[in-house]
Amino acid sequence: MMNNLTRWVRLALRLTLLHGSIALAAETPRQLIVRATLAADAATQRAALAELMGQADTAIAPLLEAWRTDALFIFTTPEGIKIPVLISGEKTAAGTATASRLTDGLPLTDAQGNPLVLTVADLAPVEHNASLRRAMKAVLDLADLAATEPEKRIKAISTIGLTQDVEKLPAFRARLKIETDGAVNRALREAIALAQLKNPLPAAQLAALNELQALRSLASTDFLKRALKEFEEAKDPTLAAAARAALAAVDEHRASVDFFGTLFRGLSLGSILLVAALGLAITFGLMRVINMAHGEMIAVGAYTTYLVQAMFGSGLTIPCFGFSLPIFGLNLTGPAYQAYFIAALPCSFLAAALVGIALERSVIRFLYRRPLESLLATWGVSLVMQQGLRLMFGANNVQVASPTYLSGNWLINDVILGWNRVFVIGFAIVIVFGMGLVLTKTSLGLLIRASMQNPTMAACMGVRTPRVNMLTFGLGSGLAGLAGAFLSQIGNVGPSLGQGYIIDSFMVVVVGGVGSIGGTILSAFGIGGIDQVLQQYLPYVAPGLNWVPGIGGFLQNLAQDAAVFGKILVLAGIILFLQWKPAGLFPTRSRSLED
Amino acid sequence: MTPTTYRRLELGALTSTAILLVAIIPWLHANGTISNFTIGVWGKYLCYALLAISVDLLWGYTGLLSLGQALFFTLGGYMHGMYLMRMIGDLGQYKKPLPDFLVFLGWERLPAFWEPFASFPFALSMVFLLPGIIAYIFGFLAFRSRIKGVYFSILTQALTYAASIMFFRNNLLLGGNNGFTDFKFILGYNLAAPATSRALFIATAMAVLLAYVFCRWLSQTKFGLVQQAIRDGENRVLFSGYATAHFKLFVFVVAALIAAVGGALYTPQVGIINPGEMQADKSLEAVVWVAVGGRGTLLGPIIGAITINALKSWATRAYPDLWLILLGGLFIIVVLFLPGGIVSLPTRLRSAWQIFRAAPPPSPASSPKPPLT
Repeated sequence: MMNNLTRWVRLALRLTLLHGSIALAAETPRQLIVRATLAADAATQRAALAELMGQADTAIAPLLEAWRTDALFIFTTPEGIKIPVLISGEKTAAGTATASRLTDGLPLTDAQGNPLVLTVADLAPVEHNASLRRAMKAVLDLADLAATEPEKRIKAISTIGLTQDVEKLPAFRARLKIETDGAVNRALREAIALAQLKNPLPAAQLAALNELQALRSLASTDFLKRALKEFEEAKDPTLAAAARAALAAVDEHRASVDFFGTLFRGLSLGSILLVAALGLAITFGLMRVINMAHGEMIAVGAYTTYLVQAMFGSGLTIPCFGFSLPIFGLNLTGPAYQAYFIAALPCSFLAAALVGIALERSVIRFLYRRPLESLLATWGVSLVMQQGLRLMFGANNVQVASPTYLSGNWLINDVILGWNRVFVIGFAIVIVFGMGLVLTKTSLGLLIRASMQNPTMAACMGVRTPRVNMLTFGLGSGLAGLAGAFLSQIGNVGPSLGQGYIIDSFMVVVVGGVGSIGGTILSAFGIGGIDQVLQQYLPYVAPGLNWVPGIGGFLQNLAQDAAVFGKILVLAGIILFLQWKPAGLFPTRSRSLED
Repeated sequence: MTPTTYRRLELGALTSTAILLVAIIPWLHANGTISNFTIGVWGKYLCYALLAISVDLLWGYTGLLSLGQALFFTLGGYMHGMYLMRMIGDLGQYKKPLPDFLVFLGWERLPAFWEPFASFPFALSMVFLLPGIIAYIFGFLAFRSRIKGVYFSILTQALTYAASIMFFRNNLLLGGNNGFTDFKFILGYNLAAPATSRALFIATAMAVLLAYVFCRWLSQTKFGLVQQAIRDGENRVLFSGYATAHFKLFVFVVAALIAAVGGALYTPQVGIINPGEMQADKSLEAVVWVAVGGRGTLLGPIIGAITINALKSWATRAYPDLWLILLGGLFIIVVLFLPGGIVSLPTRLRSAWQIFRAAPPPSPASSPKPPLT
């Protein structure tokens, strides 16, 4: 008993010593929270919390969260000394648990250093009321202000900035002084200016308006409009003029962001079309084979990517016509797993090329002289392949995860550039050059061009034209497979993936001029660009469609669906374009009557 | 077989088929031997036969492979469907005078272009006018710039694709992807009554017979001969002084009208019309019927449409997973090995039989030995 008592005394002594040292040094966030929990009245507590504003200690968020969820308690020693503790361990059946001290986060121990076991029901929970919880939330909101990642800081600043909370201004100003990152700096200035709009002083408001004008901040549009209305109602010409100028600057900036965004999306859609149509430019353009199964070649490439991903990961079991085909995974993680996409590129090329060669040998070679029939037979093939994929991989889309180096965005002056889109543009350029090199610099390319221009003469010269046909078709299909690997990064991978691209691909080749690779490139970017421009700007034109007699309202209604209506306009435009240039942009000239 | 006996035979077959379709089957239905469901299914097959005839008129007789006939079929169906929707009156789910989907979209009043569809003559004229005008405009543009062969096919497919994505939207105010359904009355008669189904079946059968007779007659006129000459060698016809574009345009519009009639009869018998009917696949499916039945003949498409659809009805129930593989495979096989379709089978079998009979005593003249080298 005696022993026990001395133990308590020693503990109490140690604690008092600790408390003494707190008062001397500058308080750490933990100590501030301790002070807040021990404070007698709410006002003192709030004052203590207010000092936490803008501090980045990682201990703050969990402790305040614990406070809010009633996990903080006051432990009173037999001597009457109050120690705020956090119940850390699991509660036992008897309602006892170990705890850690708030002051340093270390376990609460007795004099010998053994953890103290406390009965939870005996402890007094640290109280909190609505105003305190609000104060805690304010602290938590601002905690991210000092986060190490700039993205996190920007997100926190923008979120708070939109609330126009004047009380957050000191924290923002403090941060602005020490902030080094340019983008965060900008966000801070924007948030401060937005909050200053609420400032009753006209001078501060004017400064804020000028700041917003200089920043051309897109987020401020609604606030500026509201402010403009207020100033106009208050008959304040200077402020109204400043607001108008700021609004004009922001609108101008928005227009340019929209323009460059549209340009980028047009480029990226053009690249997608180009990548999807390049294979067709060979099989249809050079060989004149209408391959309706081209879309399924794209799907084969996409599914190959999926399989390679599964092999790098945990494997897969494919139900295959009543059997199940297990595919073993390498169970890789991290960068090795992320590299699956690099491995998938040649695999998808090869897989689609092999399927294409099989198709050429079994069906298409009998139909070289009957183009309409090859259209029908390959449509049959496309049905069979679609259903085959559905039976093997299921009717639902499969998940192809983007590797880390292909996800994320690139933000330039408010224009969002998706990495995968940037990558597709780059890939389209590489693949076009690669194909150009193969066709013009290799002996296979020479044979291909010879056999396509004049098969009879090529055969007379000893070219094995059936073999060249087979390889050419394989090359075209392989390119479709590569397209599939890339499209798996952009859209869904499902059995009918190819159907979405087949009509567009044919349009691209026909508009470009059958047989002209250059025409295909130009028409892909032309169609992609026009489509995106229409999608972006149709909604602005829509209200003006009322003048059309009879169906004005109907057109207006339809134009709201910019994506669909734009697509229809593009198709109509293509039909009209072919009136002007029936053989496409770059027709291949020939003296033959039937060409 | 001389042309006269052939014609007599054909006339006999035609008359007996007409009696079978217009009199015997309806009579069997009236006394209960054929169920209401069966006659509805057969009526659907006959509608598809009209679609197949329209494909064949273009592809088999003029050499234009149109992949957009399902569009005209569906447009005809939609025009008639609008009338049928108006006839529901306030018996819909929402008990409002508007079609249900409009109520659902928040419309209080009928949009202006829906107004006149309460009149059957107007709807009927629209069944012909809308597909006819669209076919005329598209055909005019396409044939004027001499788009032919596979380019024509691809363009018609693009046209159908554009229309289908448009019809899938709710904003078009034509029911979005659900289309029209839940019809109640036609011309004041209850659609659920057996007598109405019977009358619709007879009307469809008569439409098929009329289309057959019309195409048969057309193929024998001078116009029909030019039409087939265009198929076999368009440039020669052009150089002989015929404006082939006009001929093709006329055939294209006529084919669109035949398809539209098929669609208009399809809607009340099947009880639903939606944009799924005008997707690219449906047009190609119609081409399969013609190819399997035998293109360039008039009997072929009808036989093809009925057999393939009967096969489909059976296979989609018995082997739902394998139906598409079956259809695709059938298509590949027909294109590769049986370009003349089912109709050409008797001739092929007969010639095979003759070769087989002639084979036992191999005459040296018919099978010359390869020269020894």
